[in-house]
Amino acid sequence: MAAEFIAQQLELAKGISPLAWLESTNERGQQAFAEATLPTRKTEDWKYTSLYNLTEIGFANSAPHAQAHAPVVPGLQANRLVVANGELDTSASDAAALELVVRFRDARPEQQEAIRELLGNVKGERGHLFADLNDASINDGLFVLIEKNQRLEHPLHIVYANTAGDAPFTVNTRLLIALEQGSEATVIEHYAGDDTVDGKQNNFTNAVTEIRVGDNAKLVHYRLQLMAESAFHIGGTFIDLQRDSRYEGFHLGLGSALTRNDIIVNHNVGGSHCEMNGVYVPQNKQVIDFHTCVEHKVAHCTTDEVFRGIMNDKAKATFNGRIHIHPDAQKTLAELSNKNLLLTNTAEINTKPELEIYADDVQCAHGATVAQLEEKERFYLQSRGISAADAEVMLSFGFINELLNSLNDEALGLWLRPQLAKRFGRDDDLSAQLSGEL
Amino acid sequence: MIEIKDLKASVEEKDILKGLNLNIGPGEVHAIMGPNGAGKSTLGNVLAGREGYEVTGGSATLNGKDILDLDPEERAREGLFLAFQYPVEIPGVSNLEFLKASVDAVREQQGKPALDSVQFLKLAREKCKAVNLDQSFLKRGVNEGFSGGEKKRNELMQMMLLEPSLCILDETDSGLDIDALQVVADGVNAMRDANRSFIVVTHYQRLLDYIVPDYVHVLANGRIVKSGGKELALELEEKGYGWLENGNENGAE
Repeated sequence: MAAEFIAQQLELAKGISPLAWLESTNERGQQAFAEATLPTRKTEDWKYTSLYNLTEIGFANSAPHAQAHAPVVPGLQANRLVVANGELDTSASDAAALELVVRFRDARPEQQEAIRELLGNVKGERGHLFADLNDASINDGLFVLIEKNQRLEHPLHIVYANTAGDAPFTVNTRLLIALEQGSEATVIEHYAGDDTVDGKQNNFTNAVTEIRVGDNAKLVHYRLQLMAESAFHIGGTFIDLQRDSRYEGFHLGLGSALTRNDIIVNHNVGGSHCEMNGVYVPQNKQVIDFHTCVEHKVAHCTTDEVFRGIMNDKAKATFNGRIHIHPDAQKTLAELSNKNLLLTNTAEINTKPELEIYADDVQCAHGATVAQLEEKERFYLQSRGISAADAEVMLSFGFINELLNSLNDEALGLWLRPQLAKRFGRDDDLSAQLSGEL
Repeated sequence: MIEIKDLKASVEEKDILKGLNLNIGPGEVHAIMGPNGAGKSTLGNVLAGREGYEVTGGSATLNGKDILDLDPEERAREGLFLAFQYPVEIPGVSNLEFLKASVDAVREQQGKPALDSVQFLKLAREKCKAVNLDQSFLKRGVNEGFSGGEKKRNELMQMMLLEPSLCILDETDSGLDIDALQVVADGVNAMRDANRSFIVVTHYQRLLDYIVPDYVHVLANGRIVKSGGKELALELEEKGYGWLENGNENGAE
């Protein structure tokens, strides 16, 4: 099926109506993708994640859908954009949010220039074949530019929603975020979906995001993967950090049948800081794969990365976290932690932290654990009358709730918490109710 | 209230309790003192049912029921409460939610109606105030980032919420300054009544100035080697434990 899948996706890419000024990107992508071979279990980077189920499906190109169901986060003060089946839905988007972005299709010549300057250049050669596929298919996208010393008051909330059509479809989305010197912004990339509302269909989203955080600028980036369990999601996030810049990322993997997310962070100039948290909670037969790679190319940069996962039922997750300290990256401070809980005997986790250090004056630490719950924590709860089963649920949820608590946006935390709690068969109303009334 | 007979227990195959006898009547406060390594903390953990503390002989009967075969949560619901020497921090689990789950479980066992969240909050706020903890502590993770004294006060608050019939205070005074000790002792004293008993485990006599016991026992080498009134604590303070550890190993009641 592998060759057929490549041919099929290539056919779809060639079927788009291209933008003239992006044709060279399309051509390059199509060429690279045509030459690609689909990874197998023998491909090191895909060892634990099979694409078989994805290649089994015959995809069409997505058709625009008039009325996408795009969830609203109650209480979230944000500028909201809705991208429905890959198309920006201007009627469902806030006017203020539309002001903040340039749609590739509508870009004026000077904006085209700015887009081309960024497009593909953060990603560079680092993307795998699905990034090539994204290039091959690109005929629209969103460009967010935060100008020098500007501060975006409210987060930009981009909701990607897919509604079932005649046949399963592929959506290639592209997002570019550029923060100029001294600017600040919060961007929420939200991949949504709900089989009961959107219609159950095995749609495939292939999302590429390229981010450049300029000198002394700060980006808070939430990437929430909350798609329906029938969906497929492959994501590439590429981040360039300039001098003294700061990236704070939160990556959530909850939805879709198959998720593969690659996150690549480049510390390009000194003084930049990357703080990245991630949570994945696959259930049933979901497969979630996070590959992160932080490139410390220069001196005096810091990275603090924490990913936690809880695997239930027959779910499977992979976390591969690489930190690469180049020879010039003296005085680097880098920490990577990955902790996992398996709730059943049939759940699976493959964790591999990789620290590659070629500089001698650095402080780095990494750790990965796969654990059962802490005995002393469980005993503490039991000694207060709470049953062992309830204690396990509370502790499992607490394990990831700790990272949710670190979210800066309270409304977002309040909205996400019950969705996660539900995965543990827990009625989380209590917690919200209690703290709400306090 | 609780009757402990010839209790023997081991930890990692090492015998720690070697035939401990203790009878505590309703409303009584018994202090257990002893040198480090005598088995003082083991006693609390064994009674509370901690994993890894293996009972190898004897019995412990709480209100007429043998508790040694019960799960830890069942013992708690039967009215046993262990205030930990080192309460564990559980980030991510809200203190409030933990307390509610705990109170719900214990009330259910006691046949009392469940509290709704408004009633519970009222109660929790009240107890928070009683132990001089700011209400913000209810919202935080269980013991997360609490100071030593705050952790002990959180233990005390739990005790007040659960209204157990037997409270075991495991070295509650360790690491507390006089002010914090005073708060904890006031809370304990306020809870003393004719139907509630206490086992106060401590290494230092100082605590007993604040929580005055009815009886004092010395635990050494896994047995009670001497028992007496509160004045025994003063004697121990003066003479240390050495004179009891050597030779006199007759179990005292």
